[in-house]
Amino acid sequence: MSLLEVDNLRVAFDTEDGRVQAVDGISFSVEKGKTLGIVGESGCGKSVASLTMLGLTRSMNSRIEGRVEFEGRDLLSIPETDLEAIRGNEVSMIFQDPLSSLHPFFKIGHQLSEAVLTHRDVSKGEAAKLAVEMLDLVGIPNAEARSHSYPHEFSGGMRQRVMIAMALINDPKLLIADEPTTALDVTTQAQILGLIDDLQEELGMSMILITHDLGVVAQNADEIAVMYAGQIVERSSVEELFFSPQHPYTWGLLGSIPRIDRSSEEPLIPVTGQPPSLIHPPGGCRFHPRCPYVQEACSTEQPSLETTGGGGTHHSACLLSETERKALWASLEKSPDPASAIAAAELKVARR
Amino acid sequence: MSSSETALLEIKHLVKHFPLTKGILFRKQVGAVQAVDDLSLSVAEGETVGLVGETGCGKSTVARMLVRLLDPTSGEIRFDGDDLASAKGGDLNTLRREIQIVFQDPYSALNPRKTVGAIIADPLVIHGIGKEGDDRKRMVQELMEQVGLSPEHYNRLPHEFSGGQRQRIGIARALALRPKLIVLDEPVSALDVSIQAQVVNLLSDLQKERDLSYLFVAHDLSVVRHVSDRIAVMYLGKIVEVAPAEEIFEKPIHPYTLALYSAVPKPDPSERTEKPIRLEGDLPSPTDPPSGCRFRTRCPWATDICTKAEPPLVDYGGGHLAACHHPRNVSRVDLESAQIAPASPITASDQMPAVE
Amino acid sequence: MLEYILRRVLWGVAMLFLVSGVIFVIFYLLPSADPATLRAGRQASPDQIERIRESLGLDRPVFIQYVDYMKQIFFHFDFGYSYQYETSVSSLIFDRLGPTASLTFGAAILWLLMGIPIGIISAVRARSLLDRSTMVISLALISAPVFWLGLISLYLFADDIGLIPILPGAGSYEPLSAGPIAWAGPLILPWTVLAAASAAVYARYLRSDMIDVMGEDYIRTARAKGLPERKVVMKHGVRSAITPVITLLGLDIGVLLAGNAILTESVFNIPGVGRLVLDAIDKADLPLIQGVTLFGAFFIVIFNLVVDIAYAYLDPRVRYDDL
Repeated sequence: MSLLEVDNLRVAFDTEDGRVQAVDGISFSVEKGKTLGIVGESGCGKSVASLTMLGLTRSMNSRIEGRVEFEGRDLLSIPETDLEAIRGNEVSMIFQDPLSSLHPFFKIGHQLSEAVLTHRDVSKGEAAKLAVEMLDLVGIPNAEARSHSYPHEFSGGMRQRVMIAMALINDPKLLIADEPTTALDVTTQAQILGLIDDLQEELGMSMILITHDLGVVAQNADEIAVMYAGQIVERSSVEELFFSPQHPYTWGLLGSIPRIDRSSEEPLIPVTGQPPSLIHPPGGCRFHPRCPYVQEACSTEQPSLETTGGGGTHHSACLLSETERKALWASLEKSPDPASAIAAAELKVARR
Repeated sequence: MSSSETALLEIKHLVKHFPLTKGILFRKQVGAVQAVDDLSLSVAEGETVGLVGETGCGKSTVARMLVRLLDPTSGEIRFDGDDLASAKGGDLNTLRREIQIVFQDPYSALNPRKTVGAIIADPLVIHGIGKEGDDRKRMVQELMEQVGLSPEHYNRLPHEFSGGQRQRIGIARALALRPKLIVLDEPVSALDVSIQAQVVNLLSDLQKERDLSYLFVAHDLSVVRHVSDRIAVMYLGKIVEVAPAEEIFEKPIHPYTLALYSAVPKPDPSERTEKPIRLEGDLPSPTDPPSGCRFRTRCPWATDICTKAEPPLVDYGGGHLAACHHPRNVSRVDLESAQIAPASPITASDQMPAVE
Repeated sequence: MLEYILRRVLWGVAMLFLVSGVIFVIFYLLPSADPATLRAGRQASPDQIERIRESLGLDRPVFIQYVDYMKQIFFHFDFGYSYQYETSVSSLIFDRLGPTASLTFGAAILWLLMGIPIGIISAVRARSLLDRSTMVISLALISAPVFWLGLISLYLFADDIGLIPILPGAGSYEPLSAGPIAWAGPLILPWTVLAAASAAVYARYLRSDMIDVMGEDYIRTARAKGLPERKVVMKHGVRSAITPVITLLGLDIGVLLAGNAILTESVFNIPGVGRLVLDAIDKADLPLIQGVTLFGAFFIVIFNLVVDIAYAYLDPRVRYDDL
């Protein structure tokens, strides 16, 4: 059985401009000890989805539907106090900006031991000792002395280590890491991702890694879900996603990132246009106004996430047939230009 | 391309120290943040030079000195032969027309109360170019069209545009004076990947059309690799390596460049087995940088000499320069023809590196 | 830190010199307020005025007069003599400080007790009926003039003229030495009136601060840790939002001690510094005006310093060594 099972999660916010459907019916699961990467651009709903799993978007203005089952319990329907007992204990989170995510006025030792005292019946002294041990484990030098420092006295990378220590101090079964390295420099990012990887192995926990960086998921995730405009458009194992992607948006993403490991002669092929409004999303497939391979049906019919390919683990939400997609990707793999792919696949594209 | 005859921009031994003061009534200088410390670099006509490095390495300080938002402590900035570092008054104004800057945050760099038309027209007004009214409006609308904005949006305010479009506004404004060089300070780091690619492509189209030179300052190595002809890597205020873009990550000589490249997560799961080189510790303070080689405190190959002597910037031929006592990817044969570059810092030792 | 305090004290002293100089110039150079003429009475001959001028030392150059004045303050703590009361200015001010301090500190405690809980609750229940109604009431209190509120309160509750005569009215001030009950009773109405507007200001201020703070990333972290919401608000939220309020408090107390409770003191006939100022201006009692103003400036400078030092303790990010 999966550790976490999300079924048809929908989150909407009522704003002055209208109702924003930030997450629109997403489903996925996370296996024990595995890492699920969720990728997408800003506003695609990846952060809202993760916050909602822990009840952190509950408010007067939000509408939440669906099921989030963690070890058999539906986190969306249990009372707030039960959720509090799970947060930071069985399921922890780390966030993008470690400076703004740590309280500026409390010493970090205090912030860590507070997490222990909230969930465990130990003395303050024991909690403080645990905090120091944990800081040591995540590689903070002089952990004992540093536990008396304030967040601003640490560097960006060290602060993220502190956040990780705080998230892991109660031995969670699931860690949700929301853009954990986006605010960090690349060598620091390598340190932090390496640390998370080591700790995950050591503690045997599962992880949801949310990022916009395809490189980060390629190196760290087992499974990947690609989100666009509140929906999952493709979900598969990491190898499948990079070696035989099955959705035009994924192709677009792969074509628009510059590659450090390849010659710069290859031009970037950006996805044209802008992400849609989530108040008035386009009808049919959300991606159709930007899709180079759009068909007549795409503007009216909403594709659902369906199994594609052989293994049964690859899912894609696209109205193109599997053969069409195979032919298109075969051409795109050689040259990322959509026009030549359309020609090669002899695809008829609907006029805009 | 680094020879001084063809260079459009020539930075020589540029220094920027921010003084630290202390005192009860009268403040005396007790130290300095050595943000940029003896940096030499050139940009040829039509060339894109990438300047990379991590937070606090001084790359943005360099960018700001080039447009004289900051005054250099010492050193020369030669633009088309004129010294920008010491130019004043009218000379400075003329030079300012030739060099423009585009900033990272496309929103905070635009006045929220001005229409897009007025923002782009600003440099024209300041420098008295074009006639007021329709003449300028036509010029601005041409610029908008060139950067991919629709000219009908002339009267809109910045907040009505998306991040990518705002960056286009910033680019249009920079283009208004027909500069020869544009300093791009993290121009795409605030943008999403799909939008980032649009702006990167726009920049390279404009470069071809207008024969522009770029100094592309960024921390994202992949983007820099994609856009640049040559790349300079900075660490703690100094250049550690300069090389043609296709060579620098294929054959990095400086251990820091190697670590940077290795730290970038490649969007290719088959490379997962290659664990990145994990640098230990944090960036040292620029107020009290390590003696000798500034990278030695985090370098896996550091030895005694790295503490004692600052490594000279050595020219290995083909425009590949690096400042390291223990260079990587360098053979004995390479070393025989190598020599200390004129761009080497004045304080650097003249001891040539050794190959084990 | 010590260096910072020392520097601030030195700046404070410099500031006081500047203030004293400006006051000196204003009062001694304005022809409409020639102290000798004022002193000599209505029908004085030019001769008499001249003699008074000489006896007061007013015939000497302004600069010399100023240096003399400062010397007296510096070496003898002598602010001169009040024309009106014929007593030393410093003793006059010290006599009046007690009532003003009683009024100020009592009112401050009261407005904190009212303002802080209202601010927190309004922020947590932002846009609720409770929030909206307290904010409307607070706006009314801020807009209401103090003298009007004072008179209304006397008309309602004062034991001499009130409709419901339950509290001591105007002019019944007793010092603390007369016993705590005798002291507090007459101050209840002035405290309330003085505190009303400030409580409203503090509630609104804290509310908006608190709403900002509750949207911070570290509050999300506190929730993600599993802390109960009450603790998230009362510990993590209030700890941040209260800091600017304390700044405000320090400055307000400084200003009130400087004599700014002038209206409340007048309405309730409390013999405080504010009343003294009013009196002094009315009678053109220049040494007194000068003394009170300098004292006021002194309190404001001191409390500014106290606020800055308190800030360094409350917000560990503030490092005065670097300034």
